[in-house]
Amino acid sequence: MARAVTPQRKALNTAIAWGIGLLIFFPILWTILTSFKTEAQAISDPPVFLFFDWTLENYSVVQERSDYMRFLWNSVIIAGGSTILGIIIAIPAAWSMAFVPSKRTKDILLWMLSTKMLPAVGVLYPIYLIFIRMGILDTRLGLVVVLMLINLPIIVWMLYTYFREIPGEILEAARMDGASLKEEILYVLTPMAMPGIASTLLLNIILAWNEAFWTLNLTAAKAAPLTAFIASYSSPEGLFYAKLSAASTMAIAPILILGWFSQKQLVSGLTFGAVK
Amino acid sequence: MATQHSRSAARIMMAPAVILLLGWMLVPLLMTLWFSFKKYLPLRGGDLGWVGFDNYVRFISSSSFWPSVQATLIIVGGVLAITIIFGVLLAILLNQPMWGQGVVRILVIAPFFVMPTVSALVWKNMFMDPVNGLFAHLWKFFGAEPISWLSEASLQSIILIVSWQWLPFATLILLTAIQSLDSEQLEAAEMDGASPLSRFGHITLPHLSRAITVVLLIQTIFLLSIFAEIFVTTQGAFGTKTLTYLIYQRVLESQNVGLGSAGGVYAIILANIVAIFLMRIVGKNLDA
Repeated sequence: MARAVTPQRKALNTAIAWGIGLLIFFPILWTILTSFKTEAQAISDPPVFLFFDWTLENYSVVQERSDYMRFLWNSVIIAGGSTILGIIIAIPAAWSMAFVPSKRTKDILLWMLSTKMLPAVGVLYPIYLIFIRMGILDTRLGLVVVLMLINLPIIVWMLYTYFREIPGEILEAARMDGASLKEEILYVLTPMAMPGIASTLLLNIILAWNEAFWTLNLTAAKAAPLTAFIASYSSPEGLFYAKLSAASTMAIAPILILGWFSQKQLVSGLTFGAVK
Repeated sequence: MATQHSRSAARIMMAPAVILLLGWMLVPLLMTLWFSFKKYLPLRGGDLGWVGFDNYVRFISSSSFWPSVQATLIIVGGVLAITIIFGVLLAILLNQPMWGQGVVRILVIAPFFVMPTVSALVWKNMFMDPVNGLFAHLWKFFGAEPISWLSEASLQSIILIVSWQWLPFATLILLTAIQSLDSEQLEAAEMDGASPLSRFGHITLPHLSRAITVVLLIQTIFLLSIFAEIFVTTQGAFGTKTLTYLIYQRVLESQNVGLGSAGGVYAIILANIVAIFLMRIVGKNLDA
């Protein structure tokens, strides 16, 4: 940007952008604020914004009444497990696509991507049936597998784009020094690609954490993660805004923070590198 | 240095990912196809034999089919229009020099990280509730009668909720694209006396066309299958039953698997039409 901008112009930009930014963020802010109110204050007319008696009561009530920690733990296992498993399967695949490319590499990548486009509802019953037969309906294992498969194309794709940036000569040198393929990937490639692997991990944890079709339809009581926990609040049982807000805040806080760190990867990950 | 040895090693390394995805794609797909040609009612007798294309005809001729297609198109179209128009405007705004740009970016991107069930519930109760929602307070403040959003303006409400979730995505991608625009080109146009509007129309917009197409296609694929937002808010009532939700109801609620599977095949075909265009764009990029 070589162009000089007048301070007035910059101030105007700032004011408009902050205004719109706060407007977009407002529903989240409002939820967080409401989570610290009492139920009576949460529905007071007119609404109170900042000047109320801040309380942490809702958080302890939510935990006590619906065992929030169990759902949180399910979310952590399902999102983390599916992503880590996906990365373990994807690293060798991305290695061979990036360093031993063939004529078919591009076709295989595009085909993998196309499996992601399959509408979930179209295959809901078969998956449901398979899950019952295998005895993994409403288990964390079942969801780890499904979410891993859903995100595997994105993981392979992201790792492939990161691996391509690494010069093949370094891997070759390791091979010359007598490193086996396993050692080459484990001790040379993986450490070098760590930043890329970390962003892949981050983005896919977010996607798995927020996935709400399979998690709602394949779990009941045991393996239900936070998406299902929150959905159970959809049938109103009296006045519960403050508790709903506390539960919502707890469900989104960890991922919101992770998300802010990984916003750049979001573009490359979700557009498959089509926008730079 | 791709020796014969490394080629075969490469195949073995790729095998787990390829086999898993192949199984994940083919097995359920074939089962759905199989069921779609059968009268299959798990709770009322199970497999009742082959019926040919009966399910396909019945799914299309049912009275809820066309309304569901219409609802799907309105929601997808509405969200696409809102997110792309406002996404372009926001991206241009965020690209201007200002103080605290990083913080504004964080504020704008936040809704994308909120899980769909949370955003649907928060909007439904704390904003759109006709008694205690913030909108109701706002309407009363201006002396208007509060609206019960999710029953009186159900489609608009869903569009609002989903647009709020997807606007950050569109903005972020368009902003990334806009940042690669050569500012000298814009300056040259300005010196030649081009108005801001014609600079936008002749330089910025063409530069963004590829990013807009990508946003359009990716969002369409995700929006065609939105589920939680409807599941949590209206459960498909008040004209918000999309194709996805209709199939879901056929399969899980009325347990008519044959009929639902035929619907699923239609949904798969629809999604594939969109996907083919997306693949072309992404594929071109691979060569570059």
